[in-house]
Amino acid sequence: MLRLWPVRQLSRIQNALGLTQTAFKSSQPAPAPDLVEVFIDDKQVFVEPGTTVLQACATAGVEIPRFCYHDRLSIAGNCRMCLVEVEKSAKPIASCAMPVMKGMKVKTDSPLTRKAREGVMEFLLVNHPLDCPICDQGGECDLQDQSMAFGSDRSRFTDNAFTGKRAVEDKNIGPLIKTIMTRCIHCTRCIRFASEVAGVDDLGTSGRGTEMQVGTYVEKMFKSELSGNVIDLCPVGALTSKPYAFTTRPWETRRIESIDVMDAVGSNIVVSMRTNEVMRILPRLNEDINEEWISDKTRFAYDGLKRQRLTTPFVRNSKGDLIPTDWETAFFDIADRVKNIVPSSIAGIAGCHTDLETLVCLKDMVNRLGSELLCTEESFPMINSGTDFRSNYVMNTTIAGIEESDLVFLVGTNPRLEGSLVNARIRKSWVHNEMCVFALGAPVDLSYDYQYLGDSFSVLKDIADGTHVLAKALAEAEKPMIILGSDALQKSDSNLILDTVRSIAKNAKKASKHPDWKVFNVLHRNASQVGALDMGYQPGVDILKCNKPNLVFLVGADAGKLTEDDILGNSGVIYIGSHGDAGAQMADVVLPGAAYTEKDAMYVNTEGRAQIGRQAVSPPGMARHDWKIIRALSEILGVTLPYDKLSDVRSRLAEISPTFDRPGRAEETGFEDISDNVVIDKMAVKGTEAPVAPVLLKLRDFYMTDPISRASPTMAKCVQAYDESEKNPYSRPEAS
Amino acid sequence: MAGIARIAPGINASICRSQAVPAVTSVVRTNTTQAPKKEKSTYGPLKDQDRIFTNLYGRYDFKLKGAMARGSWYKTKEIIEKGHEWILKETVTSGLRGRGGAGFPTGMKWGFMNKPSDGRPKYLVVNADEGEPGTCKDREIMRHDPHKLIEGCLVAGRAMHARAAYIYIRGEFYNEASNLQIAINEAYNAGLIGKNACNSGYDFDVFVHRGAGAYICGEETALIESLEGKQGKPRLKPPFPADVGVFGCPTTVSNVETVAVAPDICRRGGEWFASFGRDRNRGTKLFNISGHVNNPTTVEEEMSIPLRDLIERHAGGVIGGWDNLLAVIPGGSSTPLIPKDVCDDVLMDFDDLIRTQTGLGTAAVIVMNKSADIVRCIARLIDFYKHESCGQCTPCREGVTWMMKVMHRFQTGNARRDEIDMLYELSKQIEGHTICALGDGAAWPVQGLIRHFRPELERRMDEFERKKAASN
Repeated sequence: MLRLWPVRQLSRIQNALGLTQTAFKSSQPAPAPDLVEVFIDDKQVFVEPGTTVLQACATAGVEIPRFCYHDRLSIAGNCRMCLVEVEKSAKPIASCAMPVMKGMKVKTDSPLTRKAREGVMEFLLVNHPLDCPICDQGGECDLQDQSMAFGSDRSRFTDNAFTGKRAVEDKNIGPLIKTIMTRCIHCTRCIRFASEVAGVDDLGTSGRGTEMQVGTYVEKMFKSELSGNVIDLCPVGALTSKPYAFTTRPWETRRIESIDVMDAVGSNIVVSMRTNEVMRILPRLNEDINEEWISDKTRFAYDGLKRQRLTTPFVRNSKGDLIPTDWETAFFDIADRVKNIVPSSIAGIAGCHTDLETLVCLKDMVNRLGSELLCTEESFPMINSGTDFRSNYVMNTTIAGIEESDLVFLVGTNPRLEGSLVNARIRKSWVHNEMCVFALGAPVDLSYDYQYLGDSFSVLKDIADGTHVLAKALAEAEKPMIILGSDALQKSDSNLILDTVRSIAKNAKKASKHPDWKVFNVLHRNASQVGALDMGYQPGVDILKCNKPNLVFLVGADAGKLTEDDILGNSGVIYIGSHGDAGAQMADVVLPGAAYTEKDAMYVNTEGRAQIGRQAVSPPGMARHDWKIIRALSEILGVTLPYDKLSDVRSRLAEISPTFDRPGRAEETGFEDISDNVVIDKMAVKGTEAPVAPVLLKLRDFYMTDPISRASPTMAKCVQAYDESEKNPYSRPEAS
Repeated sequence: MAGIARIAPGINASICRSQAVPAVTSVVRTNTTQAPKKEKSTYGPLKDQDRIFTNLYGRYDFKLKGAMARGSWYKTKEIIEKGHEWILKETVTSGLRGRGGAGFPTGMKWGFMNKPSDGRPKYLVVNADEGEPGTCKDREIMRHDPHKLIEGCLVAGRAMHARAAYIYIRGEFYNEASNLQIAINEAYNAGLIGKNACNSGYDFDVFVHRGAGAYICGEETALIESLEGKQGKPRLKPPFPADVGVFGCPTTVSNVETVAVAPDICRRGGEWFASFGRDRNRGTKLFNISGHVNNPTTVEEEMSIPLRDLIERHAGGVIGGWDNLLAVIPGGSSTPLIPKDVCDDVLMDFDDLIRTQTGLGTAAVIVMNKSADIVRCIARLIDFYKHESCGQCTPCREGVTWMMKVMHRFQTGNARRDEIDMLYELSKQIEGHTICALGDGAAWPVQGLIRHFRPELERRMDEFERKKAASN
């Protein structure tokens, strides 16, 4: 596939052969301590050897116009917009591809440079349709902006009157990306993204010269969980968002920085809103988490925020129907129910999108009512020290840390669908750092090659015993990583899996030459999970199944883990959440809450990094912020919570854990050695040794996983398109 | 196609001046007692005993037996055993410049490969994708004298420590590839190449790879891409092929003719080769003469032979006599044309053709007499370049198409006079702004036309105007 020339392997061979390293003298200069001196418009700058002229210009504060160049993609050098004059060179050079040389004198605003840019711009425009008024890229189009800045002030396109402009047939590449290929300027960013970052070689060019077209050659769906990013990458309006088509102009929207909750990665996003409506979601740069990509679910599931919404409180009447009512009635109804039951049999369950503020309010209220029955929907084995140490349940190495690792062992996880950006990092490292990947679970398509070890538990045991080849590889690896998927821990036998994986991690850590390197990592699926565990929620609803509570507060708990049989008596279920999904159906009282775009809220991602999402729009109808609902309810129930403002809640959060007080940072975990040895819970490690397998296997499973994406028509179309594409004989089948 | 591996004429000269090759002796006055070497002042015709390609017309056996009878594979072992430094020295002494069009000094180019090894194998790639319209020299070598090329591969490969040679041959050359393969098989069977080639202890393989008929695959990096099984689209330089070439390994791409003359240079000495032609334009060269001549031909001649001599001696003169000459494209379709008055006394070598604002290219002389519609000729060439542009980079993809449209209007005269300047500017906007030299090659013919035939273009426009006015 796309792996580059194995430089590191080569040096290993050379070391083995006793050869000295003299390779790549001209292409990759040895890392000299001295920097290279270059002059950008007579301004002296010092840059690392091997830097491109374009980057050197950026250091000097000069931005070079470009279309095909992108920081995170390989260099194509084909748009020629970045041509600059370099002294002693007869031709202008493509600054994106040319490495700096000592004493190079670059002129970024000389007549030659300007003429070159103007010429390239004219060529780009000669066949570009003048349809800016109906183009969705209008207002955020690189071609528009740069033709204003660098283009000519008049047209010489006489020939368009004779022969017209080139027209290209649009391609159907699925329900997410709209293509208007006549606008394409052939920068090949989308192709490079697909093959390099997404790992799907579906896009390419066919034809040559002026007949060259970007596309899939035969019509098929661009099947990638990261496909939407090509919309952002496209410098013109050739690839635009299908759901967003013809809705707003960028200057009409307000952009609010927020955090995604579709998975536990916590991608940084920008929510574009207009007239109290979420118009689209874009990625926001965060080098530690999502770089500048987001998954398709993050990007496109927002239309689920407008459907299946709970906009008014409901109370179930004697006939068993949910009747819309007002807040007061609903609250007094709950108060009546609470009055008649034993306080210790009140329980609270947190769902997949629950924010920290809501979690703390729920916990404080239930505790004040006299109960300790608080849990999350997603389960996690409570062997040994359980969730008392953070290092037991977070991704200790952090997502950015994946790039340092040289061996990754995936256990019971399909990171591509459970945490798409984590997978993108693994792929990045696999491509550039020659990382080795092993996987135990299902033989899914991860977009990179890996060694599949089957799904049998006995393999794990062999690795733990040191009899498996991987045990040796782990011991020899510089910085090995084991990523355990929380999906694999949902069954009753998960104790044994966790215990075995921990002992493998312990062995690998012992053998590692880096004492600070943490081997054990958990990849969660729910945005709320790590925060809830940090706060002291019990993982999983097993505890409720034993205790049979009388009254349950479901806060966005829609996974259907708890059934009506698990609840004692008829006192009921109170649902607080945004969508009418599984939880609301079994509820006796429904209180409409806010979705993630409608509240200022904090979430902790799988790395244990707390992040703040901002409110973009207000909750619909009578819906209110979840923490405020609980705060109001606590007053009715006679256990008034001592905070009135968001800042009060945040102070309370800071009391619970310092990590909640430091948004944006992934606090380093500690005590992983101790946590292995401390046995607090005497729960025996037992299990059935059943196969270890993730739940999400195919891209089809990725689109609809939570209440928002289940309510999203776009996501439904994706599933439909996926099923259609399975019938397409030219569609590349997913490895299985 | 060989001609594309070319640098702009102006740069060509500057490279040679700054980096290479013997200084210009004719202007350097020295204080030593040694008398400056006497340069000759007349060039050509080449004597028969000085010809390298003695079976150019296929009169004799192309196979091993015939080739050996003509002197191929004679003392190749000794050449190999003299080592790469000796071969390089002879090549540098010979003054041989690349025959693919760019005219880069061969000795220097091959010398780039002699960096200390990092464990990667090195490769010689022979550019036999001769696609330049007008050029037909490499095919004559491959079909009538393939052993010259194979022996050349071995000698050149030895000079750069190459593990193997890949001969990338144009797809349309079916019989040439067939003959070449026969010759390779013979050479393998005779132990001349392969393991322990010529008993010299040096292992060297030769492979033939057939292209699929794209002109752009004659550009060295596009050729490498194509050889690797990808779309033939030129790569960015740097890194140059000598660093990262075919399959990520150091590679040198050389033209068939360049490689094929190497054994004879080594056998007869660099000094012998350097005795032909003017300084910095040494050696003998295959010239292809086509178009409006009485006997179109391919002939080996001394460099710097006057163009008129070449045409009249070997091609039977221009149809209708020298005075009937309109223009000549001297170096394959991508070099600018020169009108008759320039043709009268121009010498066929790199420097003299650059002086006249054109280039030697592949030395494919296309002669046009007064019966030719010069505008249509150039328009047809631009059609070709438009068709063969790979579409990767903007100026070539969009610009050449645009030029084609304008040229076709110029053919009928359906244009304004100021569009001539616009077309010239367009060609300048393409030239030097592209990844490879195809853009340059497409721009130069147009520039040549405008430079020398502007009155003709204007006449057509006026005529078109007149006709239009008359019909109204």
